Amino acid sequence: MGFQKDLFGLEELSPEEIRYLLRAADTMKYVLRQKKQKAPHLQGKSVILLFYEPSARGKLSFELAAQHLCANVVDMTGSSKADSVSSLQDMGQLIDQMGADFIILRHGMAGAPKLLAKYVEASVINAGDGYHENPGQALLDLLTIQERKGSFAGLKVAVIGDILHSRLAKSDIWGLTKLGAEVRVSGPPTLVLPEVERLGVQYFYDASEAVRQADVILTTRLEPESLDGLYLPSFDEYKQFFRIDEKRIRLAKPDVIIMHPGPVRKGIEISQGVVNSSSCIINDQMANSVAVRMAMLYVLSSVGGGLL
Amino acid sequence: MKLLLQHGKLPFAPFSAEKEYDLLLDNGVIEKIGENLPVGGARVLDVNHQTILPGFIDMHCNICDPGYEYWEDIPSVSQSALRGGYTALTCAPNTNPTVDNKTVVEYIVSKSRALSKVHIYPYGSMSIECKGEHLAEMGEMQTAGIVAISDGDQSVENAAFLRNVLRYAKMLHLPVITHCEDRHLSGKGVMNEGLTSLRLGLAGMPKEAEEIIVARNIILAEAVGARLHIAHVSTRGSVELIREAKKRGADITCETSPHYFLLTEEAVDGYTTFAKVNPPLRTQSDMEALLEGIADGTIDVISSSHSPCGRDNKEKTFDVAPYGISSLETAFPLSYTTLVKSGMISMERLMELMSGNPAQILGLEKKGRIAEGMDADFVVMNLDQSYEIDPETFASKAKFSPFAGKTVWGRVAFTVIGGKVME
Repeated sequence: MGFQKDLFGLEELSPEEIRYLLRAADTMKYVLRQKKQKAPHLQGKSVILLFYEPSARGKLSFELAAQHLCANVVDMTGSSKADSVSSLQDMGQLIDQMGADFIILRHGMAGAPKLLAKYVEASVINAGDGYHENPGQALLDLLTIQERKGSFAGLKVAVIGDILHSRLAKSDIWGLTKLGAEVRVSGPPTLVLPEVERLGVQYFYDASEAVRQADVILTTRLEPESLDGLYLPSFDEYKQFFRIDEKRIRLAKPDVIIMHPGPVRKGIEISQGVVNSSSCIINDQMANSVAVRMAMLYVLSSVGGGLL
Repeated sequence: MKLLLQHGKLPFAPFSAEKEYDLLLDNGVIEKIGENLPVGGARVLDVNHQTILPGFIDMHCNICDPGYEYWEDIPSVSQSALRGGYTALTCAPNTNPTVDNKTVVEYIVSKSRALSKVHIYPYGSMSIECKGEHLAEMGEMQTAGIVAISDGDQSVENAAFLRNVLRYAKMLHLPVITHCEDRHLSGKGVMNEGLTSLRLGLAGMPKEAEEIIVARNIILAEAVGARLHIAHVSTRGSVELIREAKKRGADITCETSPHYFLLTEEAVDGYTTFAKVNPPLRTQSDMEALLEGIADGTIDVISSSHSPCGRDNKEKTFDVAPYGISSLETAFPLSYTTLVKSGMISMERLMELMSGNPAQILGLEKKGRIAEGMDADFVVMNLDQSYEIDPETFASKAKFSPFAGKTVWGRVAFTVIGGKVME
């Protein structure tokens, strides 16, 4: 296992490493099912949350994960201003001087975690950077898919929507392709670079083609950047071509699952009926979400030697 | 006092690569070139079988003075130029204040005279503050010493404005130098748009952003009949557009820089800000097209695109780190190693690209060639020993390079400017 001190994304991980993280997450779910949801793996360690962008669920999952592993958690979100770019390294050095072991960083600019990692001893975990990656959220998707579908080999997964501005879609694509799934992408060509096919996926203009025979449909959130008129004519038009609705679902496998990172724009990204159906999984994965973050912390804590 | 340089190699026409030559300098001019010249009363300097090349003339250089002296200033850029074999620099007008009036031109000219060992020829901005809105006093600036009109790497959006600049510059017989970038297409981009930008999650600038403006500027220059020089060409499409225009007989020249024919967008991988330049590094296919253009004469000039900034400023997230590269001290060794030592082009051709053509385009009649009667501006070069590029040793204040650690040939032994040996 060649884990580094930091975790920036799934692109850098081998299939074995991703599987290892998923197995670790499974173990953590066992911990979470106990009455006393505690494991001592990070006892005496400290975890700093440094979120330069708002995030309810991401931050909460990391915070709970660290607490379940008995770490000291400090949330420095209040003292980190989104516009103070130059202070990222100052902040890192400050945290390092305090002797922190982990920094969970969310930042609006791609590559910020990598930059921070250059200045600190602590392990840096990327909780989302610009349009680059969001490995924790993608591992959550992978864990959920694995639980529902068993294995990734030959699994048909459609990724629908805004790929350009979605760091989650990119992390999902890396993870799914590395684990052997067949990934088909669809979305407005203004929001999907043609080079996406060089990541090992197929791109379709026609969302129905992408979801045909799919085992899993991952829908993305339409990011605010995409709504300024440069990328999309209107929601109405988007709905016609890319919404995951009853008609398109019928083309997929009967046991297809539809996932969305939430909050969903109901009736636009996914139809109301599909959102309410049992095949749709939105935002109800809190247990998995925490387990995955526990796994990330646990695996990285063992890189520096000691706890495994 | 006369100076006699003995035993130098001149590996370009009309000289013979097999022979060694002496150069007799008098009063800042090359008086005589020949084998075994009589010493007479001259001071003798044996160059020890090293190569003598015409001093390089950089057509694309930011000296940052006035306004950004903490990044580079006239003394430091002059020292950096000497290390790189340059005897003359130009100065992009995007200083602070902008070179858009004769007072700023006079400041640069007089400060250069006092503090620079190399010649510094300012470019004048075509518009007030490089905004592309209000014509600058190009005629007055010419009287004060500018050698060309430039947009200061701020591509002009308004075609009608640029057309008037071309008309006006034509009257003054000044070349117009343009950076080509459609700013709507480049948008928030910070690197080339493609696989690497997708992987890194960085906003991309497509090659069309450059090519559309190259095409537009060629059309305008041809219509007006003005002299257009296209700065730092980086894409295959631009090379092809310029090649076609030249075939039609358009009076157009262009330049590229070593990083564009030696690096691809992959140099940015890992968020390497030392490779953040504008126009951005492109792809293998673009690199190949630039090399073809250099070999077949489509590309007239290799410039450094020296655009210094502090090393600290590069230690930022890629989105906000400034564009820039420190390249005066690497341009010749990189070009010589890649192009001449590999056998792709002759030394004679490289000297056209780095000295002869820049002098011709900028109207520096007595510079750019080694011949009797020309100014004694040249560089004595050791071509036999390789070394690794080490930015820590740069004389420039910008001590960084995406080429750090690369092995190159071509180290400056010393430079002669105006007949004087420079340290």
